[in-house]
Amino acid sequence: MATLSFNNIGALGLCAAVPRNKIDNLKHTQNFSSKDVAEVVSKIGVEERRFAPEGMCASDLCYAAAEKLIADLNIDKSEIDLIVFVSQTTDFRMPATSILLQDKLKLGKQTAAFDIGLGCSGFVYGMSIVYSLVNSGGFKNALLLNGETRSRVYSQKDRKTAFLFGDAGTAVMISKHEKFGKSTFDLNSDGSLGDLIKMDHGGYRNPTTPDSLTEKVVDEYGNIRSGEHGYMNGPEVFNFVIREIPRSIKSLMKQTENDESKIDFFIFHQANTFMNNYLAEKMKLPKEKCPSNIRDFGNTSSVSIPLAIATELGDKLNGSKTLFLSGFGVGMSWANAIVSFQDCKISPLVEI
Amino acid sequence: MNKVIEVLIEALEIENKEVKLTDNFKEYPEWDSLSRLSLIALMDEAFEIQIDDDTFKKIDSVEKLIAEVELRMTK
Repeated sequence: MATLSFNNIGALGLCAAVPRNKIDNLKHTQNFSSKDVAEVVSKIGVEERRFAPEGMCASDLCYAAAEKLIADLNIDKSEIDLIVFVSQTTDFRMPATSILLQDKLKLGKQTAAFDIGLGCSGFVYGMSIVYSLVNSGGFKNALLLNGETRSRVYSQKDRKTAFLFGDAGTAVMISKHEKFGKSTFDLNSDGSLGDLIKMDHGGYRNPTTPDSLTEKVVDEYGNIRSGEHGYMNGPEVFNFVIREIPRSIKSLMKQTENDESKIDFFIFHQANTFMNNYLAEKMKLPKEKCPSNIRDFGNTSSVSIPLAIATELGDKLNGSKTLFLSGFGVGMSWANAIVSFQDCKISPLVEI
Repeated sequence: MNKVIEVLIEALEIENKEVKLTDNFKEYPEWDSLSRLSLIALMDEAFEIQIDDDTFKKIDSVEKLIAEVELRMTK
């Protein structure tokens, strides 16, 4: 079991950035009838999303969030020595986007920078890796950036995904300080389920061809996408979540001798309202402890957990709080964490 | 009424419909990919089972659905 525990490491602050460009899902009817759209929207609970305009990348959202966070925390950039960018919508195949962000943010050349290519589990995974590195003593302040432009990954003509995903970027500053309590992370993966959420073409296994870029009808419902669009087997993903996530959450709670009363908030990956409500119900968690922003931002993959913290817990993280974080999705990959928050400064939402 | 049929009626919101064992519920006008998600949740809640997609695709009648649920509950 991949479980890691840390003391005295924590988040000094968190900032989220989203594109100004709002998509009203009920009016997103260029490819489907209003009736069909209304049914889907009512089920998944996504009323609005943000789409990055052409030319805006995930890293631009993270850059905006990071600059605001650094200013709000009043941290000297020379004191930041680690930058990790978690994304599956990077600027380029190479180099790693985190390195370009080191320059753009004007951080020193002594900064360690690398990317992590995970989706919905990526915030919790990213946190565990940054906590490990900061715990080693070699780093003073670390920037964990999560950014996604999922609006460009999925076909707008595939109703299984066309109404679900949105774009956002977040920045979290992680540092060592004795005020932070204990945090525990639990990391998992099951590659046998790799085709539940996948983009088949455009990598090195199935390189881009004229055919891989051609949109085709792919199922009996008339959904249309190309080989370079992502796809999702919704029912099988839901089966996976029901099977694995409650079990893994209970196991981490037991292992850390926690119970629901000791956790201030449970922040789940914001998958969709139907799934998240069912999960909370199955786990018998009080609704007020499971904040959600799915209605306003949809599913933003690895950004969804820190985005939910930013928009839903802005004024609720004063003092000492314990959060349960659970990220699950593409891979399949899932990670849970019980994280100690101490006076975490949440910056107001940045819109660019 | 059989509990599986009750769950199916709830998932498809077809309280006033007569459901026969031989019906292919996937041909009901109320059946779509969204009702499939409701069925997954209600099956889990009622029987604590999941039916994988490959198996589910082969189920083309109410009685086959009942048989599959019973099979999985005894496992």
